[in-house]
Formats: sequence, structure tokens, C-alpha cells
Amino acid sequence: MNAKRTSQITAVSAILLVLAIVLHFTGLSDAKQWTLITATAIAGTPITWKAIQALRMKAFSIELLVTIAVIGALFIGEYVESAAVTFLFLFGAFLEVRTLEKTRSSLKSLIDMAPSDATVIREGETMTISIDDVLEGDRVIIRSGEKVATDGVIVTGNATVNESAITGESVPARKAIDDRVFSGSIVDNGFIEVIADRVGDDTTFARIIELVEEAQESKSKTQKFLDRFATVYTPAIVLLSILVYIFTRNIEMTLTFLVVACPGALVISAPVSIVAGIGNGARHGVLVKGGEIMENLAKVDTVVFDKTGTLTKGRPEVMDIHTISGDENELLRLVAEAEVISEHHLGQTIVKEAQKRGITLVNQPKDAEIIEGNGVRVTVENKTLTVGNRKLMAAKDIVIEESMESYAVQREKAGSTAIFAAIDGVVHGIISIADQIRPEAKEAIQELRANGVKQIIMLTGDNRHTADLVGKQLGLDHVHAELLPEDKVAWIKQLQAEGHVVAMAGDGINDAPAIATADIGLAMGEGGTDISMETADVVLMADRLDQFSHAHALAKVTILNMKQNTYFAVTTVFILLAGVLFGKVFLASGMLIHEVSVLLVILNAVRLMRYTKKERKRNVPNRVLQPE
Amino acid sequence: MRKGVFTLEPLSCPSCIKKIERALGKMEGIREVNVLFNSSKVRAQFNEDQVTADEIQETISKLGYPVVTQKVS
Repeated sequence: MNAKRTSQITAVSAILLVLAIVLHFTGLSDAKQWTLITATAIAGTPITWKAIQALRMKAFSIELLVTIAVIGALFIGEYVESAAVTFLFLFGAFLEVRTLEKTRSSLKSLIDMAPSDATVIREGETMTISIDDVLEGDRVIIRSGEKVATDGVIVTGNATVNESAITGESVPARKAIDDRVFSGSIVDNGFIEVIADRVGDDTTFARIIELVEEAQESKSKTQKFLDRFATVYTPAIVLLSILVYIFTRNIEMTLTFLVVACPGALVISAPVSIVAGIGNGARHGVLVKGGEIMENLAKVDTVVFDKTGTLTKGRPEVMDIHTISGDENELLRLVAEAEVISEHHLGQTIVKEAQKRGITLVNQPKDAEIIEGNGVRVTVENKTLTVGNRKLMAAKDIVIEESMESYAVQREKAGSTAIFAAIDGVVHGIISIADQIRPEAKEAIQELRANGVKQIIMLTGDNRHTADLVGKQLGLDHVHAELLPEDKVAWIKQLQAEGHVVAMAGDGINDAPAIATADIGLAMGEGGTDISMETADVVLMADRLDQFSHAHALAKVTILNMKQNTYFAVTTVFILLAGVLFGKVFLASGMLIHEVSVLLVILNAVRLMRYTKKERKRNVPNRVLQPE
Repeated sequence: MRKGVFTLEPLSCPSCIKKIERALGKMEGIREVNVLFNSSKVRAQFNEDQVTADEIQETISKLGYPVVTQKVS
């Protein structure tokens, strides 16, 4: 008995009911009775069939109750009741599936973004194959408007790529050679060739879908309570209905009592809200891994942030180049050519900046000398370049002029690291490098506060000076610096001992112990590193802190929604039962009210799908330095 | 040991979960059954020497839940 057949049956029974009404007014009461009996038989068949199937599995189902009630109604000649009840039951189930699909639709719209086939080049031949046949190492071609079929690294071409399926970020990202692209994203404009390194079920996209599916199944505390309640409730109702029969000797009332008492709305009230909430999060780039996590997240009153990589971008950038000659790019080229040999991340930052500005590095450095932790000294274009900190300048007997020195100090006070560049023993310029506070951090923190977070704390391994600077700019309540990973764990334990519900946000690796200790562990997904996706309770797919404040606000409305549904369902059942006992509610009207209450509960949850915060302007980036 | 994922028509009543889990759990060769109510999927770990994916699919269909797609890995 498939879904299509069942809806046809429902339609036929609806037509017969209308016919019965017509016959009623034309006074053909015999024909009316037979029409009603036919309607009951037709609509009753799938219900009875399901009841028998369940019985064979020794399962007690609502279909069985309805079947008994309908047979009872036929027995006592209540044909209107029996026809109405079977129709309402089928029609209610039909509407339930339709509306439930709505609460599930965000996950479905994600799944629909999965590509179905891919264009690959194998042995010089271009062919289009099914996504399941793409192998690791295949060279995949993606043109404008096509979906990326695998995770991989771009080997030729460039494009703007819409990654909203992965990150929730709708602004397309620019991608070029050596950048990673992810399955499920769409090439907006451009042409790229990618070497696939993760295919099929291993892609980040497939993992996200699996995680969201699992999250939607994992039960919240309220759900678990309701499930336990239902296991007590059902036998209790059976007992009660026996009592009702003993006292009233009224079969109709007893059966009505049984049918009306079915905990349909009750069982579904909590899960629909959670599913809709998790689906909403997934569409906005936040993975909330289950109902219980949703409940805890709503209770969070203390948020702890790591600094580097969480509140800041964690990628130092060149903020400023100060030269005596005035030609920034010329100095940058020389310094970058020298720093090519450096493994230090500040050196690499300079090389990257040169590439970003489109400067071609032509010269190979000669006589390279790396002074660990201080800088480099090399020969480029027959010039001796000394690039590094003050210590290096002093060690190489290079004098820093007073104007240069005061400039450097000024940059350092603003939080930057100043790198001196000397050519043939004379300081020609200073390159300032700094990490940046994430542009959305300040607003996200304000939103967290507006949504009831009482304190926001930063725990960092970095030095006190930088930590304070970041803390002051973002208006944090407390800043604790120079901490080891175990110190962070101790701080979180202490906060928990004071009775706070603590969320810890970190970038996943060195913060892992603290993330695990906190009531809610939050990881930056960085477009989906496996460790962070597996271990954290909540993952921000686009590394954006406003996704965190969205998740927190979303958790609150989701839990509120779930409570509304639960109270509503419980109240409805009790009012209905009382109505039955006082002779005010009958089988058909009871069924109608019951179905309507189920639908109201689902529709209430559907509201969550549309929940968004108001669109906000992005702040101008706050610049802050990251001294070594 | 293989993993089969069976996509069903949308499930509407949470009681279906127990029905399917119980029925499949009784089959020979099935190690683990997981019914995903909200995504209307059944995931099962099974030993291919004792039971085939098609047999599992047949059991699910017989319970009254038509299988839309089947994927074995």
C-alpha cells in the first residue's frame, strides 16, 4: 500500500462523503447509508491492513485502535461516524506527511544540491560519468553553472564559487590554482580543473549531510521524557478506557476515549521543532549535532573564546609597508625574494602579500642564512638583504635611524609586529604584520549578550599585551592570557563549578581539551576539517562568529517552540478526554480536533524554518597586531 | 560486513521506527539497524553471506514501507 494509492483512496472516500451529504438533502436515506458504508470500507482498508501488519510484528498501533472503533461504530449503526473517522484519519496522515516534509525540507534542499554527474578527463578523453564512478585522482572539469562533484584542489583555471551548501555563505568566493573546492558548491563564473582527492561518501558535503541526518535523529531530553511518558501513557489509557466502560457501559464513549487519547501530537511535538531548528541551522552554515545539544545551547550563559583563529582570523597579514624610497612594491619584491627561503610564518606572509599584489619574484636568493627566530640574511641582485627584528639588526651592526625606530614603536603599540628590511646595511623600510579581529566578531558578541549570555571571556596562550588589546576592542568581560591548554580546561571547570553553563569556541586543535570539557563545544569548521566536525557539538562551517550568535538565538527559539508544542499537545489531549467523558466530544469530532492539533503542532515548527536574524551591515575590519 | 542504506517514502508516524527495527533485527545476518525517521532512511549493517540487500528491502516493503532507493557500500 504505497503513498500514492493511499491518497487516491482518501480522495475517493472524500467524494463518497460529499455524495452522502447530497443524498441526505435529497432524502434518499437508504442510498446515503450504503454510500457511507462503502466510504468506510474503502478508507478503512488501508488502515486495517496497516493494523494487521503491525500486529504480525506484535506491535500495538493507532491503526488498530481506529479499526476497532470503526468496527464498533458500524456495529451500532453509526455510519456517519465510521465514514468520517476513516476519512479524517487518512486525510490527517496525508496532511501530516505534507507538513512534515516542510520541516524536513531544509535538509532535502541540501541533499538536492548534491551533484549527480561529473565531467572527467581520463587518458586524454573527456567523458561525463556518474558521480559514483568518479575516483580519487580523477581530473574533473567544472564550467560556469555546474556543480563541483568532488572535493579537490584546483590545478588550472579560476572561478567564483558559490559554497553556500557547505558554509551557508551566499557570497561567492574567488578560487584559483591550489585552492580547495568542495563537492556541492556551484561554479558561478569561470572554468576550473580539479584533481579529486575525496569522492563519494567521503566528501565534506556527504559528511555534513550524514551529520545533519544523525543530529535530527538524536533525541533531546524532552523527547526522551516524552517517549518514556508515552510508554506509560498508552497502557494507562487502555486501563482508563476499561474503567470508563465499567462505569458507563457505553461502548461508543469507550472507543471514542481510546481513539482520542492517542498520543499523536504529543509524540511528534518535540521532534518536529528540533528537526526544523537543526535544518534551519544547517542552511545557515551551523551544524548543531542533536536535540540535547540544542537544549544545552539554549541554556548557555557564559561563552569562552580562544583568541587566535577564533576571535581573530588566525592568518597574519601585511598591514602596512613603510619605505624611505616610497616604492612599496619594489621593497616588497626584494624582501619577498629573500623570504622565499624562510619557513617562518611571518616570512611566508610577506611572500604571500607579494603574490597577492601580482609581483613576480624573479631572483633566486644566494648565500642564504637563516637566523632562527630573528630573520634572514641573503644576497639578491648583488645586494645584501637583512630582514628581521631589532635583535637581528643589532647582531649585524645595522643602525636603526631614529625616525624609523619611532615609526616601528608606534606600529607595535597598535599591535603589529614590525619587520625591518635593510639593504646593504641601511634600513630601507619597515613591514608591519598583524592578525585581524574577525570583522563580524563585535556584532556577534553584542548579539550573544542581547540574547542572554551573561559573560564573555577570552582564554589565550598569547601574550598579555595583545590579549588585552583584543579584549578591549571587543568589550569582553575577562581576558586571561599566556595559558596552556590545561589551564584553559581548569578555567572552564571553575566556571562550571560556579554554576554556569559554558560554551567554548576554539579552532579545533590545541583547544580540543577545553572544547571537550565545556557544556557546548564549538569548532570552526574551516570548510570542514574532519576532527572539528567529529568532536565538536556545534560546528561553524564558514568560520563566522555571527553563525554562532545565530545558532544561540536559534536554539532559544527552537526550545521555546518545542515547549509550546508540548504544552499545547498535552492540554489538547486532556481537554479532549474530559470532553469525551462529559459527553461533549464524539468519535468524528474528537478525531477532527485530534488531527487539527497534530497539524497545528507541525505548522508551529515550520515557523522555525524561516527564522533569521535581521540582516546587518558588516563592520569595517578592526585591525590588531599579533606580536611574536 | 556491508552497509546498506534504504530510502523509503516519507515516514509519518514515529511508531514505524520500532516496527522496522524489530522486524529487521530478527533477520539472520543483520548486525545493526538504524531507522532515520526524519530523513526516512533505514541504515543496516549486514553480513552478505547470510542475507542480501534485496532480502532486507523485501522485508521493509512487506511491512508496508515501499523502498525508493537502495545503496550498498
